[in-house]
Amino acid sequence: MIKYVIKRVGYALLTIFLISIITFTLMNMIPGGPFLSEKAVSPETTQALKVKYGLDKPLPEQYITFMKNFIHGDLGLSIKQKGRTANDIIFSTFPVSARLAGMSVLLALVLGVTMGSVAALNRGKWVDSLLMVISTLGIAVPSFVVASFLLITFGVNLHLLPTLGLKTPLHYIMPVAALSFYPTAYITRLMRSSMLDALNQDYIRTAKAKGVNKFVMLFKHAMRNAIIPVITYVGPLLAYTMTGSFVVEKIFTIPGLGREFINCITGRDYPMVMSTTIFLAVLLVFMNVVVDICYKLVDPRIKLK
Amino acid sequence: MSANCLLDIENLQVSFFTPAGEVKAVSGVSYTLNHGEVLGIVGESGSGKSVSAYTLMGLIANPGKIVGGTVDFNGHQVHKMTEKEFRKMRGSEVSIIFQDPMTSLNPVFTIGSQLMEMLRLHTNKNKEERKARAIELLRLVGMNEPEKRLKQYPHEFSGGMRQRVMIAMALACEPKLLIADEPTTALDVTIQAQILELMVELKKKINMSIIMITHDLGVVSDVCDRIAVMYAGKIVEIGSTDDIFYNPKHCYTEGLLRSIPKLHEKGHERLVPIEGVPVDLLSPPAGCPFAPRCDKCMKICLRQMPEYTEISPGHKSACWQLQKEQFENAEGGNKE
Ligand SMILES: Nc1ncnc2c1ncn2[C@@H]1O[C@H](COP(=O)(O)OP(=O)(O)O)[C@@H](O)[C@H]1O
Ligand code: SF4
Ligand SMILES: [Mg+2]
Repeated sequence: MIKYVIKRVGYALLTIFLISIITFTLMNMIPGGPFLSEKAVSPETTQALKVKYGLDKPLPEQYITFMKNFIHGDLGLSIKQKGRTANDIIFSTFPVSARLAGMSVLLALVLGVTMGSVAALNRGKWVDSLLMVISTLGIAVPSFVVASFLLITFGVNLHLLPTLGLKTPLHYIMPVAALSFYPTAYITRLMRSSMLDALNQDYIRTAKAKGVNKFVMLFKHAMRNAIIPVITYVGPLLAYTMTGSFVVEKIFTIPGLGREFINCITGRDYPMVMSTTIFLAVLLVFMNVVVDICYKLVDPRIKLK
Repeated sequence: MSANCLLDIENLQVSFFTPAGEVKAVSGVSYTLNHGEVLGIVGESGSGKSVSAYTLMGLIANPGKIVGGTVDFNGHQVHKMTEKEFRKMRGSEVSIIFQDPMTSLNPVFTIGSQLMEMLRLHTNKNKEERKARAIELLRLVGMNEPEKRLKQYPHEFSGGMRQRVMIAMALACEPKLLIADEPTTALDVTIQAQILELMVELKKKINMSIIMITHDLGVVSDVCDRIAVMYAGKIVEIGSTDDIFYNPKHCYTEGLLRSIPKLHEKGHERLVPIEGVPVDLLSPPAGCPFAPRCDKCMKICLRQMPEYTEISPGHKSACWQLQKEQFENAEGGNKE
C-alpha cells in the first residue's frame, strides 16, 4: 500500500512535469500571441505589455518562473480578463463544470445500469431491441446535435425549459441531459454485455443450485460482477466530464471550465492555458487514483500495485 | 417404491429445442437410488450425464424441457415441480458440486459469505450460529485455520481447496442427495483421490446418497456401489461396480474399460480409445446408437434398438450381442 502511494505520487509528478513542458512548447509554437487585435497597436505598447506579463524574457526563463509560482499556488494573471488571476478563474468555473459532470455521470450510471440489465434479462425480446436501438442512437449522435435539438425543442419552441445559465434546478435539465446522452448509451451497451456474460458464468449456476431466488441471483451475484467493467469506464469518464464540455457549455451559455479552456487557447492567454492544462492534468491523475481504489472495493482480486 | 429408495427415475426424456431442431439429450433413462448409495454415471462427454442429473434439481437451461417420464425424489414429484418448489429443495435436500471449482465460486464474495448464504437460505440459524456452522464445515472438509478462511476470497485458494469449499457448501444443510458432476476432472491427479475420499467419508457421516458423474471409469471404481453407463442419452448398461468392471455386457462398456489407463500395471500397455465419434442427438438412429462405432455390430443393430436384458439381479444391458448369446445358450441347452 505504501509502495502504491509512493509510486502513484511519483507518476503524478512526472506526468505533470511532462505535460507542462509539452504544453508550454506547443503553446509558444502556435502562431499568434495574446496582443494581436484588429486595431493597430503600436510596437511600444505591445512591448510594454510583454514586459508586464514577463513575455519579453527568453522562453526557458518564462517556463521556470511560471513553474516556480505554480508550485507556490500562484497561477498568474490572466492576460485577457483584466484584473483576474488564473486561480480566481479556475476556481470559479471548475465547480460549475464539476457539478454538471457529477450529475450527468450519476444519471448515466443509474439509467445505463438499469437499462443494460433490463436489456440483458430480456435478451432477444422487443424491450432488448428497443433499448439497443436507443443506445446505438445515443452513441452515434454527437453531443452538439443533442444539445441543439434539446435547446430548440424544449427551450425555443415549447418554452418549457430555460436556456441560459444555471440559475435554478430547471436550468440543469437540458445540459445534464445533453451531457449524459452518450455515456448513458455507452453504459447501457456495456452493462448489457457484461450482464449477459455474468449470467452465463458457473457461479450463477452455483447460486441457483443453492436455492437463491431470481432477484438475489441477479442483483447480488450477477450485478456485483457485471458492474466491474462499467466502473472501469465510469472512472475516466467522470474525470473527463469534469474537465467541462466546451460544446454543451457554449450552447447553454454556462460559465464552466470547458468553455473557459477553449477561450483561453483561442485568445493565446498563455498563463491561463498553462494553468488550466496543469490543473486538468492534476485532476485526471487524482481521479485515476480514486478509480483504482473503487476497483479494489468491488473486485477483491485487484491488488493496488 | 421401497422404503429405502430415495430416487426413482422412470423413462426420463429431456430435449433441447434449438433452432436446428430437437436435441434429444436424454431419451428414456430409468434408475433407482437407495439411501446412502453411491451411483456412478459414466460415459463420454455429450452422452447426457449432466443433463439427466440437472433435471433432478430443475437446473436444465432454457431451451431444455422434460418431454416425458417421471422423477420421484424424497417424496417429491420432481417432473411436476414449480421453480418455487425447486428453490426450497435445492441446497437443502439435494446439492450439487460442479466440475470446475475455479469458476464455480463467485469471485467477488468471501468464502464465508458464500457458505453462510446457504445456511441463511435453508436454516433458521442466526448470524452467530451461521458463522459457527461455517467454521465447523470448513474444518469438516479438512481446512486449517477456518476462521481466517472465512474472510478470504476464492482467488486466494487452490483448485483443490475451492472444491473443498464447494463440498462444504453443498453439505451445509445435510442434503439427502449429492450430485457430483465431474468433481475431480479439473484437479491434479494427486488431489483427485483426496477429494473423492473426502466425499465418501462425509457421505457416511450424514448418510446421504451420491450420484457421481464422470467420463473416466477409473475414477469411480473405488467409490461407487453401482454404475450406470450412458451413451447418446440412454443408459446402455447398469449394474454393481463389480458387474461393470468384471462382467461387462455391452460393447460400449467394454470399450470404456479398455480405455482406462492402468497405473498399477508395469510396462506400457497401450490405451485403446474408442474409435469414431458419438452420434448426432438431433437425429438419433433407429437402431443401437453405438452401432456405427461397434466392431460387433450386426444387421439388426442398425434397424432396431435392443431391449434391456437382465444378466443378474440389478445388472442389465441393452445390446443385441447379449440377446444373441442368451439365445444361443438357450438353444445349446435345448440340444442337450
Ligand atoms: N443448453 C443446451 N442447448 C442445446 N443442447 C444442449 C444444451 N445442453 C446440453 N445439450 C445437449 O445435451 C447433450 C448432453 O449434454 P450433457 O448432459 O452436458 O453431456 P455430458 O454431461 O454427458 O458431457 C449434449 O450432446 C448437448 O448436445
Ligand atoms: S447392440 Fe449391436 S451395435 Fe449396439 S453395442 Fe450391441 S452389438 Fe454393438
Ligand atoms: Mg457434463
